[in-house]
Amino acid sequence: MYRYDEFDHAFVTDRVEQFRDQVSRRLSGELAEDAFKPLRLMNGVYLQLHAYMLRVAIPYGTLNGRQMRMLALIARKYDRGYGHFTTRQNIQYNWPKLSELPDALADLATVEMHALQTSGNCIRNVTADHFAGAAADEVADPRPYAEILRQWSSVHPEFSFLPRKFKIAVTGAERDRAAIQVHDIGLHLKKDETGRIGFAVYVGGGQGRTPMIAKKIRDFLPEEDLLSYTTAIMRVYNLHGRRDNKYKARIKILVHETGAEELARQVEVEFADLKDTELKLPERDVAAISAYFAPPELSPRAEGWANLAQWKKADADFARWVQHNVQPHKHPDYGMVTISLKPIGGIPGDATDAQMEAVADIAEEYAFDEIRVSHEQNLILPHVALADLEPVYRGLVAAGLATANAGLITDIIACPGLDYCALANARSIPVAQELSLRFGAPERQAEIGELKIKISGCINACGHHHVGHIGLLGVEKKGEELYQITLGGSGDENTSIGEIIGRGFEPEKVTDAVEVIVNTYLGLRLDPSEIFLDAYRRVGPQPFKDALYGDKTAAAA
Amino acid sequence: MADKVLTANRLSDGISVWLDAAGTWNESLQAAFVARHKEAVEALEATGKQAFADNKVVDVNVVDVEEVDGVLRPLRMRERIRAEGPSIPYAAGYTGLTATAPAA
Repeated sequence: MYRYDEFDHAFVTDRVEQFRDQVSRRLSGELAEDAFKPLRLMNGVYLQLHAYMLRVAIPYGTLNGRQMRMLALIARKYDRGYGHFTTRQNIQYNWPKLSELPDALADLATVEMHALQTSGNCIRNVTADHFAGAAADEVADPRPYAEILRQWSSVHPEFSFLPRKFKIAVTGAERDRAAIQVHDIGLHLKKDETGRIGFAVYVGGGQGRTPMIAKKIRDFLPEEDLLSYTTAIMRVYNLHGRRDNKYKARIKILVHETGAEELARQVEVEFADLKDTELKLPERDVAAISAYFAPPELSPRAEGWANLAQWKKADADFARWVQHNVQPHKHPDYGMVTISLKPIGGIPGDATDAQMEAVADIAEEYAFDEIRVSHEQNLILPHVALADLEPVYRGLVAAGLATANAGLITDIIACPGLDYCALANARSIPVAQELSLRFGAPERQAEIGELKIKISGCINACGHHHVGHIGLLGVEKKGEELYQITLGGSGDENTSIGEIIGRGFEPEKVTDAVEVIVNTYLGLRLDPSEIFLDAYRRVGPQPFKDALYGDKTAAAA
Repeated sequence: MADKVLTANRLSDGISVWLDAAGTWNESLQAAFVARHKEAVEALEATGKQAFADNKVVDVNVVDVEEVDGVLRPLRMRERIRAEGPSIPYAAGYTGLTATAPAA
């Protein structure tokens, strides 16, 4: 993985000391809140309902054991012994004291971590496929390009005060696991007919109060033009993006109002000026960054096949875990392990300090010291020999991290919601917990198959409800919580925005409503291989409306 | 007019606090001074403004409460959760509805 050079080290350390001074001046009263707030936000510090919140960047979701141990230490030393992994592949701490935050950031800096660009109207932490560098279906590893974008965008003076925040995601496979079509810029790494590496470029996707699917404005952008073309997009956005209304300030609104074709034309005009400037990526730089992401040397471990068959036969729970939580690696003797942070009835994305340390131990011993955070709020060990799956599983069981539910109905995404978040209108976590308990039996989950439930506690959609196969949006109606249900959303290569199915449900009724939807699906699917999303796309909303509201739908949202 | 209390987050650690009758910021809603008429609410607002200007607290708000059997209860769910803590057992040593102190 990427290692800081001297510049990176000095830069991050300087930033910590700047922030230490700013916090000290704030606490002494020298700096007023209005002056301080933008400074703390530039360092990932928010104020939530109960306390400050620190959001730490995990660039493209990649970290090693040493860094994970530091995240555990931060949880223990500055928080209440846990952290929350987010849909942006970051981690949030819910209880740090402002007075101690400079020390926390100084500790993070010792392992090449920081909280820069996790807030504010800048280019945010770049996200990528969590199986990058390991997936069998990958064209190329997206992380070197995510790292190039990170280096280029870090405190970029031209793009530090954009009309609104800006999110870039990169995928290296046809199967999109990075939800690129709901990002401001989505990059799909591919090869052209001559074998050259480049990108299909998508612009103007996003969720929030106005969900939009990104428009493809380039079929193939050569690798060397990554920064010049991205700069061209940013310039068009910076110039024409709306600053009069924060709800209309994202690039998705600009793309929508301008039209993708006209926007692409404007980008091409800028690009023509930038194409052969210093922004052109030199091959040697790409090679140098790519070298940091070279896969570990994976020696043949063919004995794993026989071991695996034997272990699966001997232990049904292990077999179930392998079935759901281990995906094919590009090396046939290896697998990619999803560590579920969705224990049945638990809090999606939360991990204790002890659990983080257990993951670090396992990664160091069995997984080439590589860990990923997925946007689905799980952890990934991207390279594990099949021959080591059994001890990895035992270690995860001991840490309470071996729930066999990756991609199943209890693998629920949920934002912190009204239990923590100052923006939320309703709680997300208790809804996720009740659903998890209702559907938690392994047989029931297996019967239902792949089904993604995503829950947001407000319209900002941090819980990605718009792209949930079943999406739940919490709203406040007359002072009480109400949950609106959307169906048919998806954040993959066939992205779709879920449709509101009808009037919302009170907290005590929403689990029953989801069960009605699930049972309706089970009753109408062609066979068990037709997953919920496919069945919904085939039959449309009506059977679900009928089941939820009666035949004569009085379904006003 | 609904009864009102003054709430904020303490500057140094962000913890939710409520203004009590002695004029100090208390971590318990139940200790809050309750304003029951216009002049009292105006006094709360002025106190809040001053405390913010003095850099003691941030995010200062007057919120509606009701008193039921001697227990103060905010009318909005958001404020109930601020007062009682996350509604979930979120970490070892802390149970739901106890935000500011480890469970005994």
